Amino acid sequence: MQLNKKWKFLRLSIAAGLLATSGAVASAEPLKVAFVYLGPVKDGGWTQMHDEARQKLEKAMGDKIKTTFVENVPETADSERVFRQLAADGNKLIFATSFGYMEPLQKVSKVFPNVKFEHVNGFKTAPNIVVYEPRFEEGFYLIGTIAGQMTKTNTLGFIGSFPIPSVMRNIDSMTLGALAQNPKVTMKPIWVNTWYDPGKERQAAETLIAQGADNVGQNTDSPASIQVAQEKGTYAFSIDADMSSFGPKAQLTGTTEDWSGYYIAETKKVLDGSWTGNRHTRWGLKEGMVVMAPLNPVIPPAAVKVFEDTKAKIISGELKPFVGPISDNTGAVKVAAGTAMTDTDAAFNSVNWYVKGIEGSVPQ
Amino acid sequence: MMFVLERRANPSFRMAIASPILAALGMMVTGFFLFSALGKDPVEVFYLFFVKPLSSTYDIGELLLKTTPLLLCGLGLAMGFRANIWNIGAEGQLTMGAIAGGGVALWFGDSDSMWAMPLMLLAGVLGGMIWAAIPAYLRTRFNTNEILVTLMLVYIAQLALSWLVHGPWRDPEGQNYPQSRGFGDAETMSVLIDGTRVTWGIVYALGLALVAWVVSQKTIAGFRMQVAGMAPAAAAYAGFSEKRNIWIALLVCGATAGLAGICEVAGPIGRLQQQISPGYGFAAIIVAWIGRLHPIGVIFGALLMSLLYLGGEAAQMGMSLPSAITGLFQGLLLFYLLAADLFITFRLKRVRPAERIDPKPVVTLKSAA
Repeated sequence: MQLNKKWKFLRLSIAAGLLATSGAVASAEPLKVAFVYLGPVKDGGWTQMHDEARQKLEKAMGDKIKTTFVENVPETADSERVFRQLAADGNKLIFATSFGYMEPLQKVSKVFPNVKFEHVNGFKTAPNIVVYEPRFEEGFYLIGTIAGQMTKTNTLGFIGSFPIPSVMRNIDSMTLGALAQNPKVTMKPIWVNTWYDPGKERQAAETLIAQGADNVGQNTDSPASIQVAQEKGTYAFSIDADMSSFGPKAQLTGTTEDWSGYYIAETKKVLDGSWTGNRHTRWGLKEGMVVMAPLNPVIPPAAVKVFEDTKAKIISGELKPFVGPISDNTGAVKVAAGTAMTDTDAAFNSVNWYVKGIEGSVPQ
Repeated sequence: MMFVLERRANPSFRMAIASPILAALGMMVTGFFLFSALGKDPVEVFYLFFVKPLSSTYDIGELLLKTTPLLLCGLGLAMGFRANIWNIGAEGQLTMGAIAGGGVALWFGDSDSMWAMPLMLLAGVLGGMIWAAIPAYLRTRFNTNEILVTLMLVYIAQLALSWLVHGPWRDPEGQNYPQSRGFGDAETMSVLIDGTRVTWGIVYALGLALVAWVVSQKTIAGFRMQVAGMAPAAAAYAGFSEKRNIWIALLVCGATAGLAGICEVAGPIGRLQQQISPGYGFAAIIVAWIGRLHPIGVIFGALLMSLLYLGGEAAQMGMSLPSAITGLFQGLLLFYLLAADLFITFRLKRVRPAERIDPKPVVTLKSAA
């Protein structure tokens, strides 16, 4: 209490002093920017990438901003308190880096209309909430390009977290990317119902490899499947971070994120007053939010060329991962020939079907 | 020169008073060195940990909100532990309570029926009891180990919740995201203090603590359970039914944990979703022991645990302390508390090697309790 009062008094007197001399109170204090993380900052994946971007943001903006982060915030009733506290502490821009913070953000944003909230991967915006999301499907399509060319068994695997639309799009686009190179491939998915559990992920990878899947993609956060592939002499693909140190022979490439460009752009908007709410931003390879991990030297030059060409076409907009005709694995047409499903379509945001080539049915 | 632990003839009253003070001192001294070594001002860390979470009505509301599930689960667990019944699956019973009560809430939809909330609470209690009845039946019928069964049922309950929010109870307007519809106004618990999030749940919890105290001190059922815990042979000789104790202990804990679950989803969360508890059912095991398995002690245990959670958050936000360090600090305090408690019933005795003819009594969990 005492410290808090002292601090408040100090701030008030500084503010009053500045008011008297220049009147420029707003620019006197750095903009406070906060980050809320689901995992620990050194998780080697999702959260670490956000925190690295936070550090780049601090470096880029210097003393114009001051950042704070809170790690290990569960998606329970607790996150609402953390958001409220950060807003009450004077943070004016708050990045919420997990999907499950969506409902608490809705509540807190109404209490703090002057605080700007940024939510990753959600779908509910507000006058002071915007949503941002990487075009993961572009990265997974490219992963599929490599997997389709590198498989000897024509069997691919995928370790899924939860069958929500943003993950369903990834298994679908990886399969489409592979089929474009090799129409004989089939894809076997395993859902582990967690974002991070090295034990379960390891087990899933072992099962998939035992069933003949020699190229395994993942939408979970640990490097376990890369390690298994390294032991078994098969291939795997990383997500979020470059995990090649866990399996230098096994990791062919991977899709990683660089959030710093977006964080810097948004912070600048807040500083110059041009930030607006109710937006949904999607950035991909072109904007540099999706970045491919280095290609493994084992990939033959011909396959590398296909990869690079495909990547260039995605960046130029010539190729869209979900271009018709696409039917699901029961034969129903999902995207008609001559059209492409893009993020402005409602269907894109509610994908809950497997494309043709994936085995089994989506768990309910 | 050697030291051995020797059981005191009677628990030391002086140690009972001194134990929390010693623990606090130990924690302060260790914390001082720890935070100084990290280049942080220890006084400010202590302030953030122990004062800031109590510095406004809203903060106190948050403290009580987090205390509620810890207290409810802790009460039920303490009752069982006293009778040597090791239910460690309060987390699963909490989850089942949330599922059952939440199911009733979804069935009512946006109805403003006055029956909605009472039925939800009742369903929550019953849900937890049914989940706890499984290990009770298996233990009394087949003599299975309740530690394993209750623990395994935690994962089953969590998977059941996951299946429901991915499948049948998924919000049809929620773009396939794994969560239910939000509960209606009549299906959400009203707030106890305006401007906070704390609900009537804390009142139920405190009321139940009093009831548990009366039951354990003044009723024959409470006496029977206490005897069963302290002297199982004597209890058997007196003809106290072990089976009845097992049923009572598990059903009571199922009921309180189930109530905790429905209070959480009908309170601050307001819907069913995949994760509803950050592990309250497991943390409540520590709460029960900090409270020395006494209902009134459990109130303080739950308040302390809740304060440590909030303090850890405040220290992260205020001083950029990594959450691993705040977790370490929380663990330190709990360690000192439980270690100091040992000296209420034991004393450290110095012996010369020659004196060590036969080994002194071995410390076990049971005898330390």
